[in-house]
Amino acid sequence: MSEETLRTTEADEGRAAESAARGTTTLERPQGVEAAPRRIQGRSPWQLAWERLRRDKVAMLSLGFIVLIVLFALLAPLAAVITGHGVNEQFNDIGLDPSGLPRAPNGTFWFGTDDLGRDIFVRCAYGARISILVGVVATGFTIAVGVVLGLVAGYYGKVADTIISRLIDVVLAFPFLLFAIALVSIIGASLSVTIFVIAMFSWASVARIVRGQVLSIREREYIEAARSLGAGSTRIMFVDVLPNVLAPIIVYATLLIPSVIVTEATLSFLGLGVPAPTATWGNMISEAQAGGLYQIAPWFLAFPSLLLLLLTLAFNLLGDGVRDAFDPRGDRMLQK
Amino acid sequence: MARFLVRRVLLGVLVLFLVVTLVFALFYIYPSDVARNLAGRQATPETIALIQARLGLDQPIYVQYGRFLWNLLHGNLGYDYYHNVPVTRIIATALPKTLSIALGASIIWLILGVLNGVVSAVRPRSVVDRTLTVFSLFFYSLPTFVLGLTLLYFFYFRLTLAGITFFPPGGYVNLVDDPGTWFRSLVLPWLTLALVSAALYTRLTRGSLLDVLGEDYIRTARAKGLLERRVVYRHGLRSALTPIVTQFGIDLGVLVGGVVVTESVFGIDGMGFEAVHAITDQNSPVIIGVVVVAAGAVVVANIVVDLLYAVLDPRVRLN
Amino acid sequence: MSSTATVAASRSGESSDVLLRVENVVKEFPVASNKLFGRSHDAVHAVDGVSFELRRGETLGLVGETGCGKSTLARCITRLYSITDGTINFDGRDISRLEGSDLRDVRREVQMIFQDPYGSLNPRRRVGSIISDPYAIHGTVDGGARKRRVQELMELVGLNPEHYNRFPNEFSGGQRQRIGVARALALRPKLIVCDEPVSALDVSIQAQIINLLADLQSELGLTYLFIAHDLSVVQHVSDRVAVMYLGKVAELADVDDLYGHPRHPYSNALLSAVPVADPNTAAQRERIVLIGDVPSPISPPSGCHFHTRCPKAQERCVSEDPALLPKFADAPSHVAACHFPVADGEDLSTAKAAIDQEDAADVEDVGSVLSGLGETPGFAGAAGGEEAR
Repeated sequence: MSEETLRTTEADEGRAAESAARGTTTLERPQGVEAAPRRIQGRSPWQLAWERLRRDKVAMLSLGFIVLIVLFALLAPLAAVITGHGVNEQFNDIGLDPSGLPRAPNGTFWFGTDDLGRDIFVRCAYGARISILVGVVATGFTIAVGVVLGLVAGYYGKVADTIISRLIDVVLAFPFLLFAIALVSIIGASLSVTIFVIAMFSWASVARIVRGQVLSIREREYIEAARSLGAGSTRIMFVDVLPNVLAPIIVYATLLIPSVIVTEATLSFLGLGVPAPTATWGNMISEAQAGGLYQIAPWFLAFPSLLLLLLTLAFNLLGDGVRDAFDPRGDRMLQK
Repeated sequence: MARFLVRRVLLGVLVLFLVVTLVFALFYIYPSDVARNLAGRQATPETIALIQARLGLDQPIYVQYGRFLWNLLHGNLGYDYYHNVPVTRIIATALPKTLSIALGASIIWLILGVLNGVVSAVRPRSVVDRTLTVFSLFFYSLPTFVLGLTLLYFFYFRLTLAGITFFPPGGYVNLVDDPGTWFRSLVLPWLTLALVSAALYTRLTRGSLLDVLGEDYIRTARAKGLLERRVVYRHGLRSALTPIVTQFGIDLGVLVGGVVVTESVFGIDGMGFEAVHAITDQNSPVIIGVVVVAAGAVVVANIVVDLLYAVLDPRVRLN
Repeated sequence: MSSTATVAASRSGESSDVLLRVENVVKEFPVASNKLFGRSHDAVHAVDGVSFELRRGETLGLVGETGCGKSTLARCITRLYSITDGTINFDGRDISRLEGSDLRDVRREVQMIFQDPYGSLNPRRRVGSIISDPYAIHGTVDGGARKRRVQELMELVGLNPEHYNRFPNEFSGGQRQRIGVARALALRPKLIVCDEPVSALDVSIQAQIINLLADLQSELGLTYLFIAHDLSVVQHVSDRVAVMYLGKVAELADVDDLYGHPRHPYSNALLSAVPVADPNTAAQRERIVLIGDVPSPISPPSGCHFHTRCPKAQERCVSEDPALLPKFADAPSHVAACHFPVADGEDLSTAKAAIDQEDAADVEDVGSVLSGLGETPGFAGAAGGEEAR
């Protein structure tokens, strides 16, 4: 196969599609009109991936839902104002029925109330804040640490690699939940501790993936070329290696966020995440479980659970879409 | 090959050692109120000091650490602070419960996941495939405790209200004592664990099998005229299963320390349960014991998996 | 190619003319041990004692089969590898053991063009950035001037400077090689090592790139070490040619001398395999088919590495490693490492080795094997099988 024919690259396809969409091709220029040569801007792999993602309906829907939840979280104080119920305010009179049990969803309390007469709707909104905050921040830390360590281990090899790989093994061997429990019991439960604990355990998987990628990229000819030009190791790592590693990292990050959110919810559920009375979805589910309360007041369990499930699902779908956008050779199962 | 095995085992031992040391260090750093708790609220400082001495908590760290390691190597995990029960006995009671949940669930999810994955891969993008994928993603996104509680709500609460009392609300009964109840009380925990993991394995199997089915040697097998079923099961699945098996091994290892949530939801006093309570009571020997056993399980599982991989894929051995 | 430069060089013959001198370079790669404890003592002898000189302005062609060590040698010269033994002198300076910033300075003068146009450019970087890399690394040119220089380079190699911001995947293979050339030229190096620069390209494109390299050489006064396995390309391009086999130089001569009077049996075998355009001439030629396979570089044969396959091998070849010396009445520039070189007019296809060599299936036997298979059920024989289809 002639390599000339390989010129039909993504860029060409994209350009052809673009010009077809615009309804203009060079052939259609009216006779005698001297058109200025059209400036063709090459599209980066990122732009191409973004356009593929945009065409993925499921992924876009998920993204939309995520944005919705983010808005929900951001506007939580607004929710409190609109309903007139503070996040931790207990309404013993209107919030609980005569026997002291929570009320089902009604006109005043859109999602019903919990065992202390608090507005579940408002609490869910504030809970969204925690989930998203922890999800993004913990993931951010994890990625930062994992990428740097993975790069160093993969590129420098030998001693650095041995140390970091052993470290990764140790971290991965730790029974996460048990150790998180232990750590939290010693330091005390709080938002920052939760973020710290999650990040401390998650970076190892990222580092391992990055290291693997770097090991395979390290042998490529363009890295050799960079070295023959006289580039130093640091420059090669960040200018040549990193851009090629970013794609799988972004996919992993998008899939890491829901995992982090669930972990935070799990920790809170066990009483080791963000402590009460702060509203988090995990806390709420835990309170719903206490004493079998959810059996009588299923809405107390249902709403935070549903939100948790849907947000996680949305991130997973988006992550799948992102993965397909970067690697269209993979199965296009979830695209239209 | 022997060299490979020895290296892996040595590595495993090293990792285990580091884990154990870290856990120990963690508990030493934290000033423990154990002595005070044991002594009771009215105790005098002298009593507390006495208890501390009895528990060996007043010794310098290296002495405590040394004694700990020494005991560990002799299979002695120390004694529970509060009731002086050997930690090994506590673990021996708790471990079978955790294992019952873990092993039962893992068999279910392995079979379920692989079967679904095969079905999906054999007919990609068909209705069956799409449905299974949706289900997989759905369950995969479910947090375990949410699923557990939901199952409890519908299968225990609702059914009991309707008069069907098949499922107990939780708790554990020994297999030996009452197999029927043992089974019934484990069904929901099994489902909770299995459904989420089955989803993961479905995706894994599907992806792996699809990759393998796209290989040239599969195309050759088909071109030779082999029955499609033979092609898929005998030729395709064999290669596709390798990453699944290794993942399974690792997951099993992790499970020993990882079913905390399920145990918590269903009130089963397995390893996780014991650990949580030990932490609340600051019962260090128990917590250390559990972590050691759990980490040990992970390390062993990793070694077994690596070995299995080397057996299945000769390229790994020669590397 | 640049015949005037060659003539001038050979006339003066001074050592100041020598840009690169390689002396007894050895490069070994240790092999991972399979034993439980201890290292293995095996090594891959990729380059097993190579010496030659390269004069300013000339093109030295380096040919050999895959695995003969030419790519490794190229990387040793550009110091991508460190050598196990020997010396490399560049422009009067010993660069064999340089490290750090000293090495970096030398890199400005020795550049490399790689074989794979698809692998040698970072797919995630824009072409302008790739070409300006040398400027960024060595800090020679800044900002706006950088862009201008890059565009000048692009024009120099025949690319459209407007395509400064494109990605490598938007270019064809030939164009990518041009990008590689532009990158190599950025710092105006003295020596360019071309590692099979046209092997991955279509024949028509090969011609373009070769002509480009030739033009650049005369315009900029470059010196090339041109590595290839295609003998006709090398003949077109080089002033002198070295033939490598299993880590050693088998023969080294001016291009006409080598192609007209090859002395080493290996060179003869290689040249006999070069396709000839005229069908009549081609029919008259006797192809020299070497028996056996190239031995493993981990344990190369003793004495002359070629003795296991050489049609003229004798006892002496097993025990004594031949030195690289002129044979018969050849000029001092034509050297061969052989105890029993091939004279003009000698017919190697009838030569018989005097020692035991690895047996290869005789050509005649294949016919009998095939006819034997004809009786196997299910095997489509000559005539009978046709109907079954």
